[in-house]
Amino acid sequence: MTATVSEGAHDTSQIPAPEGSVTITVKLLRFNPEQDSEPHWESYDVPALPTDRVLNLLFNIKNYVDGTLAFRRSCAHGICGSDAMQINGINRLACKVLVKDLLGKKDTAGKPPVVTVAPIKGLPTMKDLYVDMEPFFEAYRAVKPYLIAYGNEPTRERVQSQADRERFDDTTKCILCAACTSSCPVYWADGSYFGPAAIVNAHRFIFDSRDEGSEERLDILNDAEGVWRCRTTFNCTDACPRGIQVTKAIQEVKRALLFKRV
Amino acid sequence: MTAQSETLALDKPRSPRRPAARRSNFELYSWVFMRISGLALVVLVLGHLFIMNILDGGVHRLNFAFVAGRWASPFWQFWDLAMLWLAQLHGGNGLRTIIDDYARRDSTRFWLKMLLYVSMVLILFVGTLVIFTFDPDIPAS
Ligand code: HEM
Ligand code: SF4
Ligand code: FES
Repeated sequence: MTATVSEGAHDTSQIPAPEGSVTITVKLLRFNPEQDSEPHWESYDVPALPTDRVLNLLFNIKNYVDGTLAFRRSCAHGICGSDAMQINGINRLACKVLVKDLLGKKDTAGKPPVVTVAPIKGLPTMKDLYVDMEPFFEAYRAVKPYLIAYGNEPTRERVQSQADRERFDDTTKCILCAACTSSCPVYWADGSYFGPAAIVNAHRFIFDSRDEGSEERLDILNDAEGVWRCRTTFNCTDACPRGIQVTKAIQEVKRALLFKRV
Repeated sequence: MTAQSETLALDKPRSPRRPAARRSNFELYSWVFMRISGLALVVLVLGHLFIMNILDGGVHRLNFAFVAGRWASPFWQFWDLAMLWLAQLHGGNGLRTIIDDYARRDSTRFWLKMLLYVSMVLILFVGTLVIFTFDPDIPAS
């Protein structure tokens, strides 16, 4: 814990530099609640291969420079949704962004290219890139994201046509990474808005022909903090690492409410 | 924020923290209203701007007689009345949304909305009154 003062003062010489690697300045928005009153930027000059992912760079900093660096990751393969963060100002999964896709856009002569990494917005930052996800999951749980069916268990499988399955196919792909919700300006301003991810997961069941809880969920999303808060900004669609058409899903829920049919 | 949720942490992990849905379609209707009034305002406001600022020498020909002449016709009375009400309700509802976005405390939200609603009622009242009680025969003092 020597250098908290100036940028680039970190000793990164311990990080192995494989052949073909280039030096990149990783600018991290760091925050330690036990020491800092506010988040601040710190820079690390790290060697990186074009095929490295941003997650590799973070691990090199954590393992060789400062073990206190805090961030989430689990699968490291774009499946678990743990490591959404702002990379160069855009919400992405650190495990899915390759260094080569961040290079060569604006090469300032002589200086290493800069990659900024900051926690996702709109959720309280606990430490470094690590945010409190509870408000996000609270909104998720509030839309009843599970199959609701009344009456007796059917004796046979609940059959569904391909066309009926197709209607909610897109929204089954969500991994609950919060990239969409934390990119939404309405959510930044008003944390009690359900947010795109909760609506995506409500959509997943509202348009499922086997489900009988659509009305309950639509009722919940018809409320003041529901779908009508959405201003069609499309930030969510841009942010989704799964390529889900998030804004379209929200509009489909609005249409279901407007015309009282799913 | 954290401090507050800590002090309020009851041991009821399964009870929902969101208030139950109100079963009201108010937000739905105001969403629809924003779109319909917006469409109407495209015609009303752009037409208004065109007549007032561009047609026939534009703003230079505007005077008491011009206004009096227009409001002699029920058509222009209705045009201006529709523009007044739609713009006021559209803009007012838009500001309501923005207040909901940015007000942090319940009391701030309440008072900003009161200010908004009172000003809306006042402007609608005065505007409507003028359109209907306009007297072209005021003696030019
Ligand atoms: C030219 C015709 C107009 C059209 C087509 C139009 C359309 C719209 C629409 C569709 C919205 C809703 C946006 C959303 O929910 O995402 C909106 C919001 C709004 N409009 Fe208009 N509008 C017009 C004129 C006006 C006028 C004349 C005023 C001022 C009196 C106004 C003030 C507002 C405000 C304050 C909002 C809220 C902005 C926000 O939600 O952040 N608009 N408008
Ligand atoms: S919709 Fe996409 S961005 Fe949003 S939580 Fe799901 S996977 Fe993440
Ligand atoms: S670590 Fe699992 S999605 Fe990136």
